[in-house]
Amino acid sequence: MTTATPWIGSDYRRGLRLIGLPFGYSLLLLAAPLLLIFLLGFWTQDYLVLDRSFKLDNYIEAWSHPLYRVLMLRSLGISAVVTLATVLLAYPMAYFISFYGGNHKALWLFLVTIPFWTSYLLRVFLWKVILGYNGVLNSTLEWLGLIEEPLTFILYNVNAVVITLTHAWAPFAILPIFVALEKIDRSLLESATDLGDSPLRRFLHVTLPLSMPGVVAAALIIFIPTIGDYVTPRLVGGKDGLMIANMIQVQFSKANNAPLGAALAVSAMGIVSMVALLFVALNRRWLRKQGS
Amino acid sequence: MKDSSRPLKLFAYTYLVFLYAPVLLLPVFAFNNSTTIAFPLQGFTLNWFNTLAEQTSLHNSLENSLLVAISTAVLSTCLAVLASRASARYEFFGKKTILSFLMLPLLLPEIIIGVSLLVVLIQLGLPLSLWTVILGHTLICMPFSIAILYSAFANMDQSLEEVSLDLGETQWGTFRRVTLPLVTPGLLSSFLIAFTISLDEFIIAFFLTGTQATLPVYIWGQLRFPAKLPGVMALGFMLLLLSLVLLSLGEYFRRRMNRLTGGEVQLGKFS
Repeated sequence: MTTATPWIGSDYRRGLRLIGLPFGYSLLLLAAPLLLIFLLGFWTQDYLVLDRSFKLDNYIEAWSHPLYRVLMLRSLGISAVVTLATVLLAYPMAYFISFYGGNHKALWLFLVTIPFWTSYLLRVFLWKVILGYNGVLNSTLEWLGLIEEPLTFILYNVNAVVITLTHAWAPFAILPIFVALEKIDRSLLESATDLGDSPLRRFLHVTLPLSMPGVVAAALIIFIPTIGDYVTPRLVGGKDGLMIANMIQVQFSKANNAPLGAALAVSAMGIVSMVALLFVALNRRWLRKQGS
Repeated sequence: MKDSSRPLKLFAYTYLVFLYAPVLLLPVFAFNNSTTIAFPLQGFTLNWFNTLAEQTSLHNSLENSLLVAISTAVLSTCLAVLASRASARYEFFGKKTILSFLMLPLLLPEIIIGVSLLVVLIQLGLPLSLWTVILGHTLICMPFSIAILYSAFANMDQSLEEVSLDLGETQWGTFRRVTLPLVTPGLLSSFLIAFTISLDEFIIAFFLTGTQATLPVYIWGQLRFPAKLPGVMALGFMLLLLSLVLLSLGEYFRRRMNRLTGGEVQLGKFS
């Protein structure tokens, strides 16, 4: 750095000066609040009085209370299933657009994203209309004569939460996977065919590993934020479909115990981040094995 | 080749039906002449749109949301111009770290952002208002604005700026008369995306709003009353149409920008 020419030096400062304002904004409104919420977890609150002495009580309660443990495990499970289902459904769609979209790729991508610009609250609510006892799905199936009694396992439980979230996150999986597939050099696929690879082998050994960055991006962008959703469980989850975010929200509002809410939020973030890091590491190992 | 793509095509269309299922119900119930949101349908009515015209709380929340969305879009676009210009044009220490930090809200659950901002505001003793919502929304819109504007600045032909400087324009003059016109479609596209995201954002708004509700917070309140639901459907339908117009405009500007700056069509540069 010290050997930089004057020209690079001025460049250097200009870049930092430009990015200073947005960086400062994020430090002030993102980094500082995150740090504070981390600290808040170690404090205790009695009605309106905040005790700032360092205690582990909230974290002990967050990790040992059976109710919180059930909610945490359920949230992790729901996030994992939603991530898996969304990626599995989105991959063939992205593959279709990238390889068979022809001149209509942009149109297809536009079509795929349109539904997600409807009010998020109303989309979740409309799933309730679709999955309900007298809902669209049950009426249709009964009309077709496929069922005699309305299906009840699809609303006010974990299944409804998974279906709704799998729908809500679709474009966040389709777009990154599409971008990764687009970047693949098509001549690589041709040479794999020329060398006698079957389509399946070619997919497993060339296309899939090369599109993995898109899959990983999609998985992270879905898995981590899903843990924090409280609208979907509230509207379609019923009693057995509630997630940890609902509890965090209750602690910050009705229960008036922000420190415990903070401890729950920090714990949830910590756990998902660990799982996400593990996933990225495992994926790296798999790709290296594929490469050798 | 044709044969192998057929099942894939069938899947793509089926998946589209799944993706559109809830959205298609919106107009169905917005025009359905029944107070309950259920089948069978009861006939056509425009009644629900008329009831919307009479609700002052709705109009207030719409005004609040417009103020929040416009302020957010302006703030987020301005901050993103600085960040994108810096990272597309200059090399500096910690560039990658700073940039990924700015993109972090994409990966954070919104409840974490909402709750942590709430705690800071309470500790500082600042009252909740529409401005606190704007601060939170700017944070989550900035990554989208940066993604759009980064490609605008990165794809721009730098020799145009150099020519302008060589011909005696000042740095500021070059930025204003050469760079800015070239990235204007990107600015508009960023503005529209941020506007649309802010207009629909509920979780952060729910935590940070004071006594003045934004539109999604208003809708959340209405969802509890079955009698209000048909009106909400009509409102949702109008919002969908508005979003479509805004996004088509955004997409149009983005493509124009790519033509102006010679970049490729890059959809979904989210990550």
